[in-house]
Formats: sequence, structure tokens, C-alpha cells
Amino acid sequence: MKRQSTWLSLVFWIAVSLITLFPIYWLFVISVKPAVDLFTTPDLFLKSFYWQNYLDVLTDRTLRGYMWNSLIVSSGNALLVTTLGFLACYALTRYDLGGKESIFFWTITNRMAPPAVFLLPLFLLMTSYYRIGNFSLLDTKIGLILVYCTLNLPFAIWTLRPTLDGIPKDLDEAAYMDGASSWKVISEVVFPLARPGVAVTLMLTWVFAWNEYLLAATLTNFNARTLTTGLSEYVTTTGTEWGVMATISVFTLIPALIVFSLVQKHIVAGLTFGAVKG
Amino acid sequence: MQSNKLGWFLLAPTLVVLFFFGVVPFLYVVWLAFHQWNPFAVDPTIIYNGAENFRRLVFDQAFLSSLGVTLAFTFFAVTTQVILGYVLAQAFMRDFPGKAIFRTIHTLPLIMAPIIVGSIWKLMTTPSIGIIPHYLDQWFGYDLNIGQSAIAAFTITVIMDVWHWTPLVTLTLIAALVSLPPDPFEQAQIDGANRRQIFWHITLPMISPAILATVFIRLMDALRTVDEVLMLTGGGPGSATRYLGVHIFREVFPRTNYGYGSAVSVIVLYLTIVVCWLLFVGLIAPRNKKA
Repeated sequence: MKRQSTWLSLVFWIAVSLITLFPIYWLFVISVKPAVDLFTTPDLFLKSFYWQNYLDVLTDRTLRGYMWNSLIVSSGNALLVTTLGFLACYALTRYDLGGKESIFFWTITNRMAPPAVFLLPLFLLMTSYYRIGNFSLLDTKIGLILVYCTLNLPFAIWTLRPTLDGIPKDLDEAAYMDGASSWKVISEVVFPLARPGVAVTLMLTWVFAWNEYLLAATLTNFNARTLTTGLSEYVTTTGTEWGVMATISVFTLIPALIVFSLVQKHIVAGLTFGAVKG
Repeated sequence: MQSNKLGWFLLAPTLVVLFFFGVVPFLYVVWLAFHQWNPFAVDPTIIYNGAENFRRLVFDQAFLSSLGVTLAFTFFAVTTQVILGYVLAQAFMRDFPGKAIFRTIHTLPLIMAPIIVGSIWKLMTTPSIGIIPHYLDQWFGYDLNIGQSAIAAFTITVIMDVWHWTPLVTLTLIAALVSLPPDPFEQAQIDGANRRQIFWHITLPMISPAILATVFIRLMDALRTVDEVLMLTGGGPGSATRYLGVHIFREVFPRTNYGYGSAVSVIVLYLTIVVCWLLFVGLIAPRNKKA
């Protein structure tokens, strides 16, 4: 009886896993097939590998530019929000600031609003007001880095706060007693202890920025286009290059999978605003 | 402890960034919603026109249909995810080998970019190259065409969302189920309660806070679904899957009628808040009062 239910559970979970994994597997299959084979009978298993799509994507200068942009924007944004979030959390946990709990809650409301709502105002603000002389934030990497702060900075603050709360304040006090400056306390006492939490925050915010599409699609048009927007450019009414589209998808997916393998346990906590420990 | 000045100094960059890219756009869009402004029209100046934009909105067929399909999509997707997620979480509570691996695999879709999910499902469901229409036709003689059938396109977007986000519900509920104390269940079994009674009278009330929190998060996310649908169907066929975010991106944004576009944005934001507020007031608040 007991054994039977174990087998049943196993079969059930293998089926669930196949349903989860098949679409990802299929993406890979399409990416290594020549275009002519796509329209024949779909084979479940691969007979041969066709790497031309990968070569095409890697040798395409525009797409390489997009990849580079994605890399700069997501790295820049992850570094910025983690730094600002860390400092903000240090202030929130170490100082007796008036209304700090309200400020803490207010940060998350920035993330709750649908991004589509902000397309129009951000576009208009960035074209006409957020500019210095001829330099406007529209279609720049720095512009995207700053815009992504509304999504990622609240996240960084909410994930870093428990970490900083967990570091005993006596340590700071002791360091101050020894005559250390505030900067020394932050960088040499608190930061090393917070490193694991900082690493998780850095990686997750990096992936969120890397994955973003909607804002990148409206706030860039040529210079700062990212890989996700490049993907949608391959879907046109006149005909889609399916193989290339699948290959770009694979390229977009790989960094996310790497981060996934490193911080898998923290993803659920991150996506539920810390309501659930993964 | 050092002076509070330093605390504010450390917090300031965060507040400044969120002010310029969160608060200002919000105030700006609300302000614009009460104005008429089309920079490429005959009269390109910004004119205050009261609630005129909102009055137009009520009679805008495109907006209303978008609102309708969004609510339908959200309802079907979130309901399916919660039921399926609960079943999966319960199935996970039994003992079987390789739990950690299955859990890892199940978490995988959560890290994927919505637009990649859209692209994957596009590759699987597009007629002529997709594997799903191919086998549906071969085995059941059913012609799945998301480019022509509104129902098919709608259903596939729901299935896609279920594939992408059910794991979040499952993992949240696993966390809730694991933390339940065993005593009430043992007591109920001693008292001779059957499985259904245990579910309705013990399990459900005990994990309802977790379920509500998940519904809340999923609802918020489902209402703003854009990327994956944009990729999969582009909002079509017709306007069958033109959910509010897609509507703003494809219809409102490209037109340069900025005042009216702002009104649409404000209403979408307002609706998101109202739906979440109703859920909070109707479900979460009374429960807290009781407790």
C-alpha cells in the first residue's frame, strides 16, 4: 500500500516535470533545426544538430549590440539598486528616522503598479523634461538603468532589510566605540556580514532587469535596444524567422538559468515580496 | 548611535530615484488625464478639459472590450492556478524520493522572462510549425488555430499563464502546508472526520491566509500581463486577447492622443488598486478581525 502510493507520487511528479520541461526542450529543438525542416512532421527527438542559427545570431552585429546593451543595463541596474538598497536598509535599520515604516511600505507600492501605466508618462517625461541640453534620457542605457529602479529598488530594499535586521547592532556600536567612521562601519563591519544577502539581491535584480521587455520596447528605439526587444523584432507580419527567434530566446534564457541554479531557493521569497520563505 | 542626519543622507538617493521615476510619472499621468493634448493635431497645445477624457472612455468600445477580456483572462488564469497549485502542493506532501529535484524543476518557469515564455508558446502553437496543433489534428482531428479562433487564442494565453505561474502558487502553498501543526489533523482523525471534512474545516481555514496572499499577488500580476501575450498573439485575433496592458502598448501609445492615453492609464491603475482593495476588504480584513 505504502509502496504503491510512492510509485503513484513518482509517476505523477514525473508527468508534471515533463509538462514543465517540454516547452523549454522544444525551444532548443527549434533552435537547432534548419528552416526547411520546421514545416515537416515535428519529430520529438533530434536526429542532427544544425548550428547555423547560433552562428547567425552571434555574427549579427545588431544582435550583438543588443546583447551588449542588455548586459550593461542589467549589470548597471543591479549594481545601482543593490548599492542604494543596501544604504537605504542600513539607514532604515540603524537610525530612528521619522515615518520610516511608512517609507518602507511606500517603496513597494512603486513596484505594484502595472508598468504599462507608466509607459506614456515616462516616455513624455524622458523626451521633454529629463534632459540636459541636447542629452535626453530616452533611448539611452542610463535612462533604462534609472527606469528599472522603480521595479528593482523596492525589491532590493525588501530583500535586504531582513539581512540587515539580522546583523546585531552591537557590532556597529562597538566599532564606533573604537573610533571607526560611519563609512568604515558600513563597509568593513556590516557589509561583509551581509554579503550572502547582497549576492542574492544582486543576482535576482540582474535577472529581472535582463528579462524586462515592455519598458525597454517603448523607451528605446535604436541605441539602447535590449535583447528582449530584439526578439520581438523577429516577429513580423511578413514572416518570422522561427529558428533565429528560438535561438535569441535561448540566448536570453541562458543567463537566467545560471542565476536560477545559484539562487533557486530565494526566487519564491523574492516573487512574493518576502511573504514566503522558499 | 550617530546622528539621524547621516541616516537621511543614506536614504536620500533611494528617495530621489523613486521620486523621479515613480512619483513624478504618476502625478504627471494623473494631471495629463484631465487635459487634451495631441502634439500632432491642428491645435497642439495642452488644454484643460475636465473629465472629458474619462467620459469618452465609458463609451470607448475598444477599451471596454479590452477590460472585459482582461477580467475574463485574470479570472480563469488565477482560478486554475490556485486549484492546480493546491493539488500539486498536496501531492508534494507525500513521501517519495527525489523531492528536491522535482521541486527545482517546478520552480524553473518562474525565472523565465515573460517574453521568452510567449516566444516558446508561439513556437509550439503557431499553425503549420507548432507541435500542439499538429498532434491535435492528427489524434483528434481538431484544428487549433490561434491566428483565427478567438476562443483558441484566449485559451492558449490562459494555459501559457498557468504553465508560467502555477509553480509560484504551489511553492507558496507547500510552505504553508509544511508549517501547519499536526495536532488538529490527528484530533480530527481520532474524532472520525473524513477527508472532505478535514479539508473544509481544518486545512482550508488554516492555510487560507497563504491562499489569499497568493491570490493577491497573482491577481496583481495577471492584471498587468503584457509581454507574453504581445509575443504570442499580439492581442489578436481581432481584439480577443488585447488585455489592458497590450491595449495601452498597441493602441493607446502609438496614437499621439496623450491626454486620452493618460486617462486610460489612470483607469487601469485605478482598477488594479480597486480589485486588490476589494479582495483585501472582502476577504482578508474580516478574517483578521475575527482572529
